[in-house]
Amino acid sequence: MSMKPETLLYPTPKGLFCEKGGFYIDPVQPVERALITHGHADHARSGHAHVMATRETLDIMRIRYGEAFCVSTQEATLGTRTAIGNVTVSFHPAGHVLGSAQIAVEALGMRIVVSGDYKRRRDPTCLSFEPVPCDVFITEATFGLPVFHHPDDRAEIAKLLTSLRQFPERAHLVGAYALGKAQRIIMLLREAGYGEPIFIHGALARLCDYYESEGIALGDLRAATVDAKDKQSFAGAVVVGPPSAFADKWARRFPDPIPIFASGWMLVRQRAKQRGVELPMIISDHCDWPELIETINEVKPGEVWVTHGREEALVRWCELQGIAARPLHLVGYDDEGE
Amino acid sequence: MRAFAELLDRLVLTPQRNAKIKLMADYFRTAPDPDRGYALAAIAGTLTLKTVKPNVLRQLVLERMDEVLFRYSYDYVGDLAETISLVWEPAATGKPASGDLSLGTVMHQLETAGRANVHGLVRDLLDQLEGSSRFAFLKLVTGGLRIGVSARLVKQALADMGNVDVTEIETLWHGLSPPYVSLFQWLDGKAEKPELDMPAVFHAVMLATPVGDNDLASLDPKDFAAEWKWDGIRVQLANLAGTRRLYSRSGDDISSAFPDILEAADFEGIIDGELLVGGTMRSNQATRTFSDLQQRLNRKTVTRKMLEEYPAFIRGYDLLFSGGRDMRPENFLTRRDALSALIDKAAPSHFDLSPLVPFSSWEELDRLRADPPDPVIEGIMLKRLDSPYTSGRSKGPWFKWKREPYNVDAVLMYAQRGHGKRSSYYSDFTFGLWTESDGKDVLVPVGKAYFGFTDAELEVLDRYVRNNTIERFGPVRSIRAEADHGFVVEVAFEGINFSNRHKSGVAMRFPRISRLRTDKLPRDADRLVTLLAMIGQPDANSGGTREPMQGPVV
Repeated sequence: MSMKPETLLYPTPKGLFCEKGGFYIDPVQPVERALITHGHADHARSGHAHVMATRETLDIMRIRYGEAFCVSTQEATLGTRTAIGNVTVSFHPAGHVLGSAQIAVEALGMRIVVSGDYKRRRDPTCLSFEPVPCDVFITEATFGLPVFHHPDDRAEIAKLLTSLRQFPERAHLVGAYALGKAQRIIMLLREAGYGEPIFIHGALARLCDYYESEGIALGDLRAATVDAKDKQSFAGAVVVGPPSAFADKWARRFPDPIPIFASGWMLVRQRAKQRGVELPMIISDHCDWPELIETINEVKPGEVWVTHGREEALVRWCELQGIAARPLHLVGYDDEGE
Repeated sequence: MRAFAELLDRLVLTPQRNAKIKLMADYFRTAPDPDRGYALAAIAGTLTLKTVKPNVLRQLVLERMDEVLFRYSYDYVGDLAETISLVWEPAATGKPASGDLSLGTVMHQLETAGRANVHGLVRDLLDQLEGSSRFAFLKLVTGGLRIGVSARLVKQALADMGNVDVTEIETLWHGLSPPYVSLFQWLDGKAEKPELDMPAVFHAVMLATPVGDNDLASLDPKDFAAEWKWDGIRVQLANLAGTRRLYSRSGDDISSAFPDILEAADFEGIIDGELLVGGTMRSNQATRTFSDLQQRLNRKTVTRKMLEEYPAFIRGYDLLFSGGRDMRPENFLTRRDALSALIDKAAPSHFDLSPLVPFSSWEELDRLRADPPDPVIEGIMLKRLDSPYTSGRSKGPWFKWKREPYNVDAVLMYAQRGHGKRSSYYSDFTFGLWTESDGKDVLVPVGKAYFGFTDAELEVLDRYVRNNTIERFGPVRSIRAEADHGFVVEVAFEGINFSNRHKSGVAMRFPRISRLRTDKLPRDADRLVTLLAMIGQPDANSGGTREPMQGPVV
């Protein structure tokens, strides 16, 4: 290593900053030049002057914030190297949601990969994570504790299908983050052979349309509105919406609803109980503990920097393995679905 | 094991009674023997297993895991068994995955393992089970299964599964043991109803219906006997062929908590009565409150001190068996004469007879009901003189006519969302009364209620909560409650227990919101002292000092 990695990329209150290139990655406040890993609101904010991201992420930001979400955009093509100032950047699939990317930043023979949020499971709605060799790997640690072992998502979908058979008189309200999780749940249901119409909350409509336009066929989706004044038409139906909507008056249109939540947090029973969730579905768009470890072993970075989530456990694990590691203490990023 | 584990996961998170019954009945229909019998035993609390100490589990997990990482994990999850079930990584060189181990197999291995082998067996089983099953297994072997299902509820699920009456299950229950193969064979329709060889079994009790608005008008007082309705718990005491058992109303065996009563029961037969604390009328001592009785309830064992400070006795209501003779087909008066004779000979310190209340008109009885001679009376029972003893609750032979409930005006303090149909409504309310603290008037919570109001009233309450939230703690909202701004409700309740677990020192019994007092300001709500005065000041542990009952004793 000819230079210290901290001179190439370092944390600031606005986010990770690359001084040589004059840009931030996923900044949490408006900046002149931003590189965005993916479209979730805590990573992709509006108000920057210049934004570089994958085409899908730019589209998603446009859908969420309107055309004027920034002054100018630059589309990043996966795997293509682009020079910005004295550094070179490239985007690589992260497997988190549609359009999500890791960002590799290089200068003077030093390469740092910012993974953004990522997962290793198969996801029918986005490209799979590709490991990129690097000197420093910046990993998220949302589920960075040895307790997190996400089960096979097909078994989780089966729990929902079983409940639909057992309680055909009740509406099954699935709380799922509007970007990524909701579409993945719908796709997994379709793959499991569920052909009935799926009802969606208004907050999901435009994103689901966008997924469709990208060739991700979600099947028969209908607005969960009460047009027929008939509550019973939702009996035995699957309704997908953002988790916050279920505590809202919106949920009163459904007959005797079963509150369901699709999230990695649902692994911990007390979490489910506190939220009043009756049917937890442990489905996450983040790595579980074994996948975090597997990724670090596969990428074999010289150094690991750990950000948002439970940093201390992953840093401890790296220490035990003799891998240099430190927490980044970035602020402003949410836990999944919370 | 997986099906059982999934059932537990669902039961823990399902609040609705009917949904729980459905989940259990479906499981019992589909699971094979003996798995479902062990599952039943685990849920009903009749499983006897050598338990594994938490320390042993901790050792097992630390064989494989860094202690610091384990500590982070445990701190996060907060439950030892759950933490271990989640962090457990099967040994890399372990046995090949054998598919799903059945609950029956796991039980068999645990039952046959020697003390010395338990450690290794638990490790092996943890390796062979997957996530949820590991959790269920660890909860079984640590004896920490808490799933919010009463024995009564699981019996109802069995009844639903086999399409039989729940009283049939209750009658059989104590004559059978895990894994209940004969029971399930019968419920499946594949075998005859099991024959019991233990005589001192539970017989489903006879229940009363409440007196409705026009019920009495068409009834002749001459056809009925009246008794006080005592405020204890309804029990059945059986002593037949050398076996003595005390059962609760729903058939739970509570013998071990009441050795004093079992020991004193020297008559042969089965009686129905009220379990109370204090002294019998025959020993001319006062009956003590339900609050005192509670000191003796829900205990596995009881200390000598407890027995002395809270002596229990049974006030006899009815006689089901006299010796081996089934008295249930006889009429009320015949049974009562036999009961009276039996109690005359029984230990005066532990048995007395519930006195009849003479009356000639419903109006007279109503006056007696409004002003009963003992504070431990909660109303009147009406029993048809010609009625046999029949299980369950059918309308006509027995009525209960309860004293009017107590009422206070209280201020809403906290609200929580409900479940199921009410999951988008703030429908669970904590309310408080005024009391003085450090020279200032403050509200102190005195109870919690989630029913009593109409759907329309719920809309009003929900709107108030949403518009007047001042703080949130997880699912709970703290509501604006000041002297001149807040929501007053009338709360009806049946009585009060003194409780040192609550800040106010009291816990209401059966509270419900009976009226919205939108006409009142919080400053007009009641004070804690008013509540205490209503039911008499606490007079802890001095049950013997009150005057004995001076009522009409027949």
